[in-house]
Amino acid sequence: MSSHAATTDDPHAALEPLKKTSTGIENKKLAMWAFLASDCMFFGTLISTHLIYRKVYPTVVEPTEFFDIELTGFSSFILLMSSLLMALSVSAAHKGNIAGMRRFLLGTIFFGLIFLSGQVYEFNHFVKDAGLTLSSSVFGSTFYLLTGTHGVHVALGVLWLSCWTACSLPKDWAWYTLRGGRFLWLPFRVIFAPMVGRYKHENALDVEVAGLYWHFVDIVWIVIFTAVYLVEYLPILGF
Amino acid sequence: MSSTVETEHHAPAPAEPVRDGIWRRPLKNTGLVGFLTTVDHKKIGIGYALGALFFLLLGGIEALIIRAQLMYPEQELISARTYNQLFTMHGTTMIFLAVMPLSAAFFNYIMPLQIGARDVAFPRMNALGLWCFLLGGVILNLSWFFPGGAPAIGWFAYAPLTDRQYSPEMGTDFWIMGLQILGIASLVGAFNFITTIVNMRAPGLSMMRLPLFTWMTLITSFLIILAFPAITIALVELMFDRHFGTYFFNVEGGGKPILWQHLFWIFGHPEVYILILPAMGIISEILPVFSRKPLFGYPLIVFSGAVIGFLGFAVWSHHMFTTGLGVVATTAFAFLTMLIAIPTGVKIFNWIGTMWGGRIRFTTPMLFSVGFIWMFMMGGFTGIMHSSPPVDAQQQDTYFVVAHFHYVLIGGSIFALFAGMYYWFPKVSGRLMDDFVGKIVFYLMFIGFNLAFFPMHILGMTGMPRRTHTYKSEMGWDQSNFWSTVGAFILGIGILIFVIQMVYAFYKGGKAPKDPWDSRTLEWDTDSPPKEYNFAYTPVIHARDQVWEDKYGVEAKRMEKIAPGKHGIHMPDQSWWPLITSIGIFIACLGMVFHKQPVPLTAEAVFGLEIVIAGLVATFIGMAAWALEGPGGFHLHPDPAEYAGATPAPEDEHGHH
Ligand code: HEM
Repeated sequence: MSSHAATTDDPHAALEPLKKTSTGIENKKLAMWAFLASDCMFFGTLISTHLIYRKVYPTVVEPTEFFDIELTGFSSFILLMSSLLMALSVSAAHKGNIAGMRRFLLGTIFFGLIFLSGQVYEFNHFVKDAGLTLSSSVFGSTFYLLTGTHGVHVALGVLWLSCWTACSLPKDWAWYTLRGGRFLWLPFRVIFAPMVGRYKHENALDVEVAGLYWHFVDIVWIVIFTAVYLVEYLPILGF
Repeated sequence: MSSTVETEHHAPAPAEPVRDGIWRRPLKNTGLVGFLTTVDHKKIGIGYALGALFFLLLGGIEALIIRAQLMYPEQELISARTYNQLFTMHGTTMIFLAVMPLSAAFFNYIMPLQIGARDVAFPRMNALGLWCFLLGGVILNLSWFFPGGAPAIGWFAYAPLTDRQYSPEMGTDFWIMGLQILGIASLVGAFNFITTIVNMRAPGLSMMRLPLFTWMTLITSFLIILAFPAITIALVELMFDRHFGTYFFNVEGGGKPILWQHLFWIFGHPEVYILILPAMGIISEILPVFSRKPLFGYPLIVFSGAVIGFLGFAVWSHHMFTTGLGVVATTAFAFLTMLIAIPTGVKIFNWIGTMWGGRIRFTTPMLFSVGFIWMFMMGGFTGIMHSSPPVDAQQQDTYFVVAHFHYVLIGGSIFALFAGMYYWFPKVSGRLMDDFVGKIVFYLMFIGFNLAFFPMHILGMTGMPRRTHTYKSEMGWDQSNFWSTVGAFILGIGILIFVIQMVYAFYKGGKAPKDPWDSRTLEWDTDSPPKEYNFAYTPVIHARDQVWEDKYGVEAKRMEKIAPGKHGIHMPDQSWWPLITSIGIFIACLGMVFHKQPVPLTAEAVFGLEIVIAGLVATFIGMAAWALEGPGGFHLHPDPAEYAGATPAPEDEHGHH
């Protein structure tokens, strides 16, 4: 929303015009729901590939021997908690509390990064210690493609939320963002700097839409965590 | 950042639009820059149509070479390998580059007009779809120019033929990445159309008043978003097999080629409805107009369309009857396949019911429509035949199947799309096409088509396998093949005359009025061609066939018009970023093709993933800049004469409370 937006300080009023559609649902939200429906099919295909091969070759690999369920369980918990922070960001955005929204967004990003580091660590461990690679077995192929695709989704989500965090910084922060010390890789600084100070009240919708995506990626992880990790422990638990 | 074009009445605008972004936004809406940066659904629709017609001719030439090779027994016009490449490229081109984008052309151009919208929900995303479609076509056809040439894997690319071991050349990689980009094009288009139809209907245009073509656009879009992921993932898996040594379909490491068949057809069967449902929508628009009667059983046609779409996801294994699925699965899939005949039959009876007792005018669009009903039924009947597994076991991979799917694809989709082109050409170009020449085109295509494909039924029954480079004279297939080739050339001549006629009419055709056919739906209420802003007023709909009611209906059902507010009509700004984003995707895909492959001039493998990463970075920059610049917008002020008699806009609804 740029030039033609109703210029107002009331965050609720800023969002009203976007709701003037045939259904009362904002266009972007509807498109995001359609995308998520499609994404369900993407993950559905990947998960079924994994499960089918797991059933066809039940004994070629014994994943519980190298899975580190405590670590994965912990990072799954962190990812779920990030959804809570995301919800708080959206709520703050709708109240027009930009500083609060930024804090919660940073929290969400931080938790997302913890999850991603967990995954990097885990992949490293599987490759180095268990010899599980893309081409060591069908299990390796399906496992890495499925969890890797999910990781890419989380990484894109982190990038997306970072963009909104940058947008929500006060205008005079542009210079700090560009300098950004050693904290950020230069290309990121170059990309984030022009975004600084661009957040407007009607962008609460965009944060909400990014939130829909984020929650979805979390929900998919619950399914993956169950279908790829937890079920492997059923025999051990005597089922 | 947000894209709503429907807020124009509610927002006070500054006199001079603010233009923020990396560089100044392109303002010129003519010439090359105007086209490359356009966000206008009408120009994008025309872009789709021109691209699709080009690829229709290309695929047609490939088909004619195939037919020339089969004209006489034991010919060697082209080698067996070239033959394999030709039918692969012919099938892929026709489906993904001709019929789908031609349908998309109508979605883009006609659908927003039919619902009284100023544009689609996300105009820049729409442009991205167009560029991805064109660049996907480019990638696919680039394969011809690289060592090994085009892919030779058939349009469904069965594993394990596609493994690096059996298809070492880059052709297969071009095919994979080409389809991936085309998938992006279809997906972004579909998200856009769903949002547009659900959210941007004119006031009073309830779902059950939507024109049938718009309904079919909606259902097709849902099929696209739910079916394409299956092939996207299957293609990713295949790409990993070929480039990173995974075993998804590679038997050596335990992969199961049959998985590819399942994934492909879980996409592939809905795909055939993606090809036919828009055609059915077009027919449902044309028949009522030229029968001067409302569509018979409108709700039934809508629901049977939805049921076809739904069942389309439950029948994929009928392409795999001969793989030995087991008795239960085979029976279930056979049953579900036969079930689809019911909603399809319902539609056919409704179309006949529409014509029944009508004052029929046999114009060119009508001839194609009636031809569609008949030819599509023929294809449908053979379809019901091989829904029975024992029968299918006889017919699988013979010319009988080739006859079947060309009856539904040409006699069905292509005939309907031609009907649509003849019907909407005056709207799009403002020119009339000559009806007499149109009829010649129809009869050439009709006769040529039947001569080319009817004998294939018999060829198939007598055992001629499909995808066969040549045959021996003793098989007794000479006569049928000869006439089939003659028919194919007649069909080709028909299509060629059509193209010439269209180009001629574009420059020399008579001026078309607003409503040359005495039509029924909203697109005929605006100018031919429509102005940039589609409608100078906001239409308020009171009936299903609104334009018909305006002409012949009772006072209570007439359309009302709301004038634009004093700020005029809000239009989205043009943008370079969709094009740049699509080029980024294109580079990434090319990089994947060249990954560890001999590149031209050096014959050495020199690239790892550098090009892919460069392409992805370009894509990301394109998207970030796209988001930063926002939809922008400016205001147009139509001549008040254009909305004479309209009620003034409720000016004070500004979103202030
Ligand atoms: C100009 C008119 C056309 C002619 C003369 C023609 C001819 C043929 C022939 C002879 C084959 C069989 C090749 C073989 O199995 O050895 C074939 C295959 C095929 N055609 Fe057409 N065709 C035409 C138009 C179309 C159209 C409009 C479509 C789709 C919309 C289409 C889709 C296909 C497909 C999917 C195949 C299967 C390719 C494969 O086996 O992988 N064709 N065509």
